[in-house]
Amino acid sequence: MRYKLDLDIEEVNTDRRDFLRRAATVGGLAIAPGVILYQTGAAKPADQAVSSQQRWGMLVNTNVCQEDCDACVTACNEEHGLWDLGRPETDAQWIRKLNVKDKQTGHVTSLPMMCQHCENPPCVDVCPTGASFRREDGIVLVDKHTCIGCRYCMLACPYKARSFVHEPLQDQLPHSPRGKGCVESCTLCVHKVDRGDNNTACAEACAKDGHQALLFGDLNDPSSEISKQLKQHGGTQIRADLGLNTGVRYQGI
Amino acid sequence: MRILKSKWHILVCLIITLIAYVPMFNAFAESSADIPKPKSNYSDETRCVEPVAIMRKQHFVYLLEHRDKTVIEGIRTTQYSLNACIDCHITPNAEGEFARYSDDTHFCASCHQFTAVNIDCFQCHADRPEEAIRKTRNPNTTVTAHTQEIHEYLQLGETQPH
Repeated sequence: MRYKLDLDIEEVNTDRRDFLRRAATVGGLAIAPGVILYQTGAAKPADQAVSSQQRWGMLVNTNVCQEDCDACVTACNEEHGLWDLGRPETDAQWIRKLNVKDKQTGHVTSLPMMCQHCENPPCVDVCPTGASFRREDGIVLVDKHTCIGCRYCMLACPYKARSFVHEPLQDQLPHSPRGKGCVESCTLCVHKVDRGDNNTACAEACAKDGHQALLFGDLNDPSSEISKQLKQHGGTQIRADLGLNTGVRYQGI
Repeated sequence: MRILKSKWHILVCLIITLIAYVPMFNAFAESSADIPKPKSNYSDETRCVEPVAIMRKQHFVYLLEHRDKTVIEGIRTTQYSLNACIDCHITPNAEGEFARYSDDTHFCASCHQFTAVNIDCFQCHADRPEEAIRKTRNPNTTVTAHTQEIHEYLQLGETQPH
């Protein structure tokens, strides 16, 4: 299965989905105007496999991302149990804050950097065991049962998004298993996505702090907030020249 | 005469086998008193997700099959999920403490130790329910408080095990 990943996302015929959504809207309005009885991002049934109908992604608005704020990083560490071992050189880092200064103007842009969940991920290309893979719904993951810890993917990733676990760990959380000898990176909170939360820990934390710099959503769904934002204001890929078609897009850079 | 002899051999083998198994039954009887009982999530008819005899022999086959479905296809059914096993089988003792896999009284370890089975599941996977891990880790850390704030903001209430 994991050797057969098709890197070309098929053209999705959204007519049927649009029809269902319109039907649901009419139904919702008929029952009680103004009351939302349905959720567009409803959870898939637990026994159903993910499909390429969705492509999960993230939009980062660097214009509102605060330079001195690292709420997303803290939330990620807490959500996935990335307890630091007091060794910043080797401690796992699934999301990090970067401050980029334009030397000409002195303007500082602050942005979070994590796995960009590429459509054509270099980490998957180089993985010798097939551990690095792209899920049908666009989330790039490491199957740690198959990972041999060779770290080719870490070299291949243009975003330095991956970490290697150097030491035996304990107190890992049930939804985020991790251990010595495996490479790991942002999972786009895959456990939350599968649960139907339709959000990630970092985006929740950013919203909670009132910055709203992170927006999670389905890039394949034209009516999702992220698709609307991207359509209206656009979004840049970092290192777009590599043709990776990243799932994480940035505004204001 | 020859047939009788082979029957006799079978009988001797059976008796030896039974005698050999006696200490094993004793060991189960002795250790089971110390091991916290699983939560009574299931009815009397379905005590576990499969009959106990099958689970003792086959649990890892179910887990192995389920793990690839979960990781690759995102199938999150709880029937053969390791987390669901842990949530039900790892319960607190009288002092309210949860056993780790390194303890004799941990449900999985109690049998694996006796049968000399080495597994590496718990090098990565949680060996206790999430509540137990979050409670014993480092309660003074400010990070936990921060998560609680977020959960309150999102009106999710207490952090729930997944």
